[in-house]
Amino acid sequence: MIMSQTQTKRPSTAPTPPVFELIEVEQEFSVPQPGRSLFNRDTVGLKALDGVRLSIAQGASLALVGESGSGKSTLLRVLLGLDAPSGGRALYRGKPIREARARGTGFARDVAMVYQDARGSLDPRMTVGQLIAEPLRHFNIVRKGEEAARVAQLIDRVGLPTDAASRYPSGLSGGQVRRVAIARALASEPSVLVADEAVSGLDVSTQAQLLTLLRSLQRDMGLTLVFITHDLGVASYLCEEIAIMYLGRIVETGPTDAVLDTPAHPYSAALRAAAPRFFEPIPEPLPGEIPSPLDLPNGCRFSSRCPAAQEDCRLRDPQLGQQGAGRAVACLHPLTSTGAQASETR
Amino acid sequence: MKDMVTQPILSLRDLSVHRGAAKILDRVTLSLAEGETLALVGESGAGKSTIATALMRLLDGAKVEGSAEMTGAGDLLALSERQMVKLRGRRLSMIFQDAGSALNPSYTVGRQLITVLRRNLGLSKAEARSRAIELFTSVGINDPEGRMSAYPHQLSGGMQQRVMVAIALACNPDLLLADEPTSALDVTIQAQIVRLILAQTKSRGASCIFVLHDLALASQSCDRIVVLYAGQVVEAGPSRDILERHRHPYTKQLKSCVLEIGTKDITAPEGTVPPHSEMPVGCRFATRCPRALPRCAGEAPPLQPARAGADGPLDHHFACWNPE
Amino acid sequence: MSIQTPDAPTALPPAEPPKKAKTGRRSIFLRRPFFTIALIVAAGYVLAAIFAPYVAPYDPVMQDINAMMQAPSMAHLLGTDSYGQDILSRVIYGARYALIIGIFSVLIGAAGGLVIGLAAGLSGGWLEWALMRLIDSILALPSLILAVAFIAILGQGVDKVVVAVGLSMIGPFARTVRADVMQVRVQLFVEAATLMSIPYLKVIWRHVLPNVIFPLAVQVTIRISEAILVSSSLSFLGIGVTPPTPDWGLMIAEGRAFVSFAAWMSAMPGFALALLLIALSIVGDGIREEFDPKLRRGA
Repeated sequence: MIMSQTQTKRPSTAPTPPVFELIEVEQEFSVPQPGRSLFNRDTVGLKALDGVRLSIAQGASLALVGESGSGKSTLLRVLLGLDAPSGGRALYRGKPIREARARGTGFARDVAMVYQDARGSLDPRMTVGQLIAEPLRHFNIVRKGEEAARVAQLIDRVGLPTDAASRYPSGLSGGQVRRVAIARALASEPSVLVADEAVSGLDVSTQAQLLTLLRSLQRDMGLTLVFITHDLGVASYLCEEIAIMYLGRIVETGPTDAVLDTPAHPYSAALRAAAPRFFEPIPEPLPGEIPSPLDLPNGCRFSSRCPAAQEDCRLRDPQLGQQGAGRAVACLHPLTSTGAQASETR
Repeated sequence: MKDMVTQPILSLRDLSVHRGAAKILDRVTLSLAEGETLALVGESGAGKSTIATALMRLLDGAKVEGSAEMTGAGDLLALSERQMVKLRGRRLSMIFQDAGSALNPSYTVGRQLITVLRRNLGLSKAEARSRAIELFTSVGINDPEGRMSAYPHQLSGGMQQRVMVAIALACNPDLLLADEPTSALDVTIQAQIVRLILAQTKSRGASCIFVLHDLALASQSCDRIVVLYAGQVVEAGPSRDILERHRHPYTKQLKSCVLEIGTKDITAPEGTVPPHSEMPVGCRFATRCPRALPRCAGEAPPLQPARAGADGPLDHHFACWNPE
Repeated sequence: MSIQTPDAPTALPPAEPPKKAKTGRRSIFLRRPFFTIALIVAAGYVLAAIFAPYVAPYDPVMQDINAMMQAPSMAHLLGTDSYGQDILSRVIYGARYALIIGIFSVLIGAAGGLVIGLAAGLSGGWLEWALMRLIDSILALPSLILAVAFIAILGQGVDKVVVAVGLSMIGPFARTVRADVMQVRVQLFVEAATLMSIPYLKVIWRHVLPNVIFPLAVQVTIRISEAILVSSSLSFLGIGVTPPTPDWGLMIAEGRAFVSFAAWMSAMPGFALALLLIALSIVGDGIREEFDPKLRRGA
């Protein structure tokens, strides 16, 4: 079965549209031409996203995994409606995201965001109480008299001390600041929570505390979770589905456990191998570094670093195609479950 | 400790660091054998980076007590600044977490490496240059001649860290201190750099102290692990003993928080490290310890050997009144 | 608007530091002895200015032909000038003018700078370009020259000096406000507010303005001394306030001719001016170092 060039079939044909649906989304920025002189104003197009297809159903939990330069952050801005994609369609419940965002506060209330730099996302001149009350007031969630009680409830729900409401973010620890950001995101009673590296850069015990909190919140409130991370351990703990990105494209998606147990894309396999594991010898890492999106390799964009690259990989650009139940991979020679054996497509 | 097969290259005795009223390191004692790799593991505020910076004598505005004997150099903490300048780079060197800010942005990386080589080894310009190219090649920088004339900002984070490794190893130091060398890098690059540091120190017979927060990475890269909590050593020993036969409850907690792929259940520990003003006088972990006894908060447990049977390891120590 | 009014107090915590000094941290007065001394000196000037009629031994404009150019004595502690006016009384009343001119002109400058700086920092495009060129052209001239030009248009007098000095200070204020606005508006918390679909003007009011106002307030304390200096220079040049107003700059100018045999006539007001300027600078720097989040974050 040759999957290149074939369009992915949407796995579900349920009547309710998915929360987010990205169809061949492209995002091109124009950047100064590399090596241009001072007087040369030439720009070239940089494709930060190149044909991204993704569908996130209500109640799903999706981990978006990739290294720096993979286009995660660009994708995030498209999902949140901060940037309009330069190509393709980005839909929120069947409507273009930018339109949904422009029409009233419904989208903003339904889709909440937790930033990686939680401290930077909180106004330093507002107290924790004021910060959490801001969305409550803005979206008219509770009546004036109940506001303080609701703030206290949220503070308690995310595991902050009761006196936190009167403190300023600068007086809180890194873990506590993330909790404030989560409480603020939950204040609008969203159904979708988008979190960008919400637990990275923290101590392991603080990370464990936040992860258990996020998981219980997701289960109790039935949140749809889009979790951007570089840590496969975090992805496998928190998310049922995973999408692995490389150079502006999703190279593999599917159920997290299946993808991580038997990665089909050599890049997924390399990421998996590079993740620290107790006493395993550190495996031979991928050679080289992620190429510049201005200078993409011919054919498959991973071919320059792929340990299993073959002749045709440098000629043909593989598209994301179905690979087993609910899985899709963009590779001409996907790894099979038995190992790095070449597929029978040739 | 007495039955050490190899000569210790470094032994720290009762290293304490005070900053104002806060005791950020409390009587840390540890030793490092020749050719050994040691991991200092702990969470922020544990003092693991402080140990490394104290050894390099780069701590500002802090009071340092105790001794750090390095073979052939004497007590690093008692040397004059002039003697220390001679040691830094030649006998012990350091790799920082953020290579981007540790490198000087206004000089090319080649020039920075050549300066180190010429100053420390007294090489001529041409010798230093060819040595620099060799070093760049050995740390896996492709097109080393071209990269010599690159400024730090023109290199990726992984490349910058490779340059740092090359500079740190330029004079074949006996001891390399690596302070979270990979925490700012992507996982695949992290694997590259850790492998590089290990291979380079091994081929030179150098010893290495890694400051890490990731216990799994420590088990993959180091012979021995020292677990620190709030400025105290709570457990130290061979990696496998620490991770599989740990005695201290904190080591257990730290290990249980590591998320491996496929981990579906973690028990998050309660609370956080107490601030220095509220630090218990006894075991500093007492406030969060599930096994704490009444005496723990008032009386500091000494480091004691964990001889599990006659064949137990000799250098596995822990500090706990109620061990596992 | 009905929603916005109750928000105002939350958005603008009045000059309160975001981080309260923790318990166990020594008070600012103990940690910064020079700041404390300077603050006491400055407070002394303010009190002298307010209670001048009660503190001053003589009427500052009362001329006494029998007591002309007397050296400092028990009767006239700082001596008298060529008209027989008591210098101590004139110095005390002079503090009034110095502080009034300093504070009000800086407020004018800060208000103008806030408006122009905000507009320039938020607008972009041709408006920003035009405003920045305006600011640049103001900055191209030293504030004294500019103040002289405004005086030439407005005429002399205390109120005119306040306006002239104030206008001449708009440039520097506008530039710092614009720099702060540019810095704050790309902060993540502004994007987070936009993400919540909070209207643009409300985001500016609630999140940008408070983060710009505070550094501006610090600038105000620092620049008061500059304004006093400029106003005194105007008087010294004879184009500021008119005699016989007890203004320090004027007094220094009047004493100039007699400096070889009656040095106290210029020296006393000069000393009063220098002491106030030094005290205000130390106070301003202390406040900035203590409360500026940019400097504090590094600590």
